[in-house]
Amino acid sequence: MSETNYLDGNAAAGSLSELFAVDLTSAIAQCNGCGRTSVFAEAHVFVDAPGMVARCPGCDSVLLRVVTRPNDTYLDLRGLTYLRVPNS
Amino acid sequence: MGIVSPGFTGRRRGGTELPPGQYLTRDFPVLSAGPTPHVLPEHWEFTVTSETGEVYRWDWAALMALPAEEITKDIHCVTRWSKLETTWKGVSLDTLLADVETGADYVMAHSYGGYTTNVPMDDLLDGQSWIAYEYDGEPLDPEHGGPARLLVPHLYFWKSAKWVRGLVLSDTEDLGFWETAGYHEYGDPWKEQRYAGD
Ligand SMILES: [Zn+2]
Repeated sequence: MSETNYLDGNAAAGSLSELFAVDLTSAIAQCNGCGRTSVFAEAHVFVDAPGMVARCPGCDSVLLRVVTRPNDTYLDLRGLTYLRVPNS
Repeated sequence: MGIVSPGFTGRRRGGTELPPGQYLTRDFPVLSAGPTPHVLPEHWEFTVTSETGEVYRWDWAALMALPAEEITKDIHCVTRWSKLETTWKGVSLDTLLADVETGADYVMAHSYGGYTTNVPMDDLLDGQSWIAYEYDGEPLDPEHGGPARLLVPHLYFWKSAKWVRGLVLSDTEDLGFWETAGYHEYGDPWKEQRYAGD
């Protein structure tokens, strides 16, 4: 059965723009699970959930989680070895 | 005069009380934090690991051989929908844990696909939780957690781990997938324990 319950990394742009001054969708992300590097826009983003979850397109490991609460936001970046962002 | 905000009391609708901040839905929204695992019953296994490391195992045939119960319960999702009188079939955790030697107070449920959620042992026993494998008279769909999911309907529904594959018992409380990202460690919908600190 095909999986169509995720969006691409651009779906994370709105939430991430609240947290970061740079556009992360063009950043290069390295997965801490499998070591794959990919453009963040290629991540699989799950939004029909209590928070937003971006997963590695290679191994499905969690790259990043964002939980927006009434007064603050939890950002979990444990799944990323690094994010490489171009200097402006 | 009422001095309590209506948001902090149960709302009555047609004689049915909903937990605070919830609305009624008739469909069954699918929430997923990852791809849907497709586990065939013949490849399914459920384990309970005690705090001493002893592992108890059930395959699908062993689960089917246990006495099953018909369950009718209201369910409450932290994303604010509630669904009333949902019907399930499954095996009580009282049955599954009956022969497990343990004095553990805490349980971590683990799922196929890597999801985890923590539940106190006291909330799994005494007719409060099940391993459910039918919903509304049909085998449980993968998108709703089939072939089998944990069902703990008195807590927010993220505690009812879809695609459950095991319980790890512990003397100490660890936090699961959403509980480590700002959600409440217990999640009582009637106390509106959505977020850590509520
Ligand atoms: Zn990966």
